[in-house]
Amino acid sequence: MADLLEVSALTKRFGGLVAVNNISFSVREKEILSVIGPNGAGKSTLFKLIASFLRPTSGEVRLKGERISDQAPHIAARKGVVRTFQETTIFKNMSVRENVIIAHHLRSRASLLGFFLGTSAAKADEAAFGTSADEILVLLGLSSLAGETARNLPHGHLRALGIAIGLATNPSILLLDEPFAGMNHDETMRMVAMIRRLRELGLTILLVEHDMPAVMKISDRIVVLNFGQKIAEGTPAEIQNNDKVIEAYLGSEDEAIGL
Amino acid sequence: MTRSVKIASVAAFLAIVFIAVPVLISVSGRFDLYYTLTSVALLSIASAGVWLTFYIGRINIGQGAYALMGGYVSAILVVTHGWSFWPTLPAAGLSCAAASVLIGLPILRLRGVYFAMVTLVLTEVARLLALALPITNGAKGMVSIPLPGALSIFGLTIIPDFATLHNARLAFYLLAVALMVVCFAVVYRLVHSRVGKLCQSLQQNEELASSIGVNIAYLRVIAYAVSSFFGGVAGAIFAAISQSIYPSSFTVIDSVNFMLNCFLGGLGYVFGPMLGTLVLYFGWDLLFQTGRFQLLIYSTLMIVLMLFLPNGLLSLAATTRKKG
Repeated sequence: MADLLEVSALTKRFGGLVAVNNISFSVREKEILSVIGPNGAGKSTLFKLIASFLRPTSGEVRLKGERISDQAPHIAARKGVVRTFQETTIFKNMSVRENVIIAHHLRSRASLLGFFLGTSAAKADEAAFGTSADEILVLLGLSSLAGETARNLPHGHLRALGIAIGLATNPSILLLDEPFAGMNHDETMRMVAMIRRLRELGLTILLVEHDMPAVMKISDRIVVLNFGQKIAEGTPAEIQNNDKVIEAYLGSEDEAIGL
Repeated sequence: MTRSVKIASVAAFLAIVFIAVPVLISVSGRFDLYYTLTSVALLSIASAGVWLTFYIGRINIGQGAYALMGGYVSAILVVTHGWSFWPTLPAAGLSCAAASVLIGLPILRLRGVYFAMVTLVLTEVARLLALALPITNGAKGMVSIPLPGALSIFGLTIIPDFATLHNARLAFYLLAVALMVVCFAVVYRLVHSRVGKLCQSLQQNEELASSIGVNIAYLRVIAYAVSSFFGGVAGAIFAAISQSIYPSSFTVIDSVNFMLNCFLGGLGYVFGPMLGTLVLYFGWDLLFQTGRFQLLIYSTLMIVLMLFLPNGLLSLAATTRKKG
């Protein structure tokens, strides 16, 4: 399988602190790759760097060979790298369906002026977005909540809505920021199944996560960070037996890596 | 609301402002009301601009700057360069929009109280500029601006020369109200098209908006430019009506009032600024009889209104409709 996303020698310094230090790895097409690491390992910074929400100090991120670092987030999204958020970040005062419809922005062919004037291209876009939004809601099991104001959704559904918003942008690679955080076992298992379904639809997924059992279950490959550096990369089985990883999680390794 | 109800209410509104009000005024002989209502219409145009910046999640206390600039652009073009009034109207709007793009690019990155403070300062900067620039005639202002002349296209007179009219007040009233209708129609359409939803997405979460590919910087500047265009147009007509413009024609107080109009009417409703301007303008005048207590009563009422009706006067209508 070909490499879709390439992270090469990525470094981010905040003053004297090196949050991400010379990290390189690549994500293959239709792969589920997880980035794990203890608290403060630099996972979130790495995630923001890949989504272009931060500019790297040095190094770069390439999608299908095209450089996406140092661009505005909406340019990265346009090129196909779309992130979801750790906090339940949604458009709170819109309905669930409106949230998903608005997220189709990148697919629109009509201009802002076209939408203002209500041209035929704009009307076609609106209709297409509605149909596509309904399909996405079915896929993520949110159809029955389509008319509900987003702020009233329970926690698990909010996470699903966040993913629905990401899907609507039609990304090449979807970045999930701690998709299992704060979920109980059943909810986690449902989310694992949902992410697998997304991969079956042809999506590539990169996720940053704390929940080890879920990561071991879902990932094709895992990248492990500690103190801003990559200490290991491999399949879940390889990672579970890696000495450096066990050392990094020392004290709670058995429980934490799901052995 | 169904389509037919919408059309009926628009028709009723147009009939009231274009027919009923002039008829009532000529019957009652209260011709001074023309001036008051013209002011309300113009102030509500400027307020509609402020409302639009609220809609992208920015507190704008700088509309006075653009109203002042619009007034000066129109006055200078008419007096110094001998333009007719009519082309100065779009010129005033466009130069304000252009200025707002230059100013907006850096300051629209700010949010919340920081943006509010910078815009507040903007009004004061505009006043000081008007005092200092060589073309604005300093503190003496621009006076004896001629009334708008005739507007004709292909030899056909569309609007007669205001100086020849025996009732220029009515003409200004009709002009202001017509422009107000156009401006609110534009805002209504903007809000109810996908552009409005995009603006809402900015208001609710800029990070998420940019992660779904919305060019937030571009959209913010566009909304701010439209907002300032409205301010400029309103200011230009004000200068034409009073036939003068001074650095103190629009001050910080006016900027604050434009914002209050939006709050009072309701930030969630397109027609909020129109109602807010009407109520605030007449409310202030009614309180005139209370003399030195005017400001005290006025501000107390405003505080009470904000506490009990945080979503504005129009939220009253919305709740009764839901219950009914």
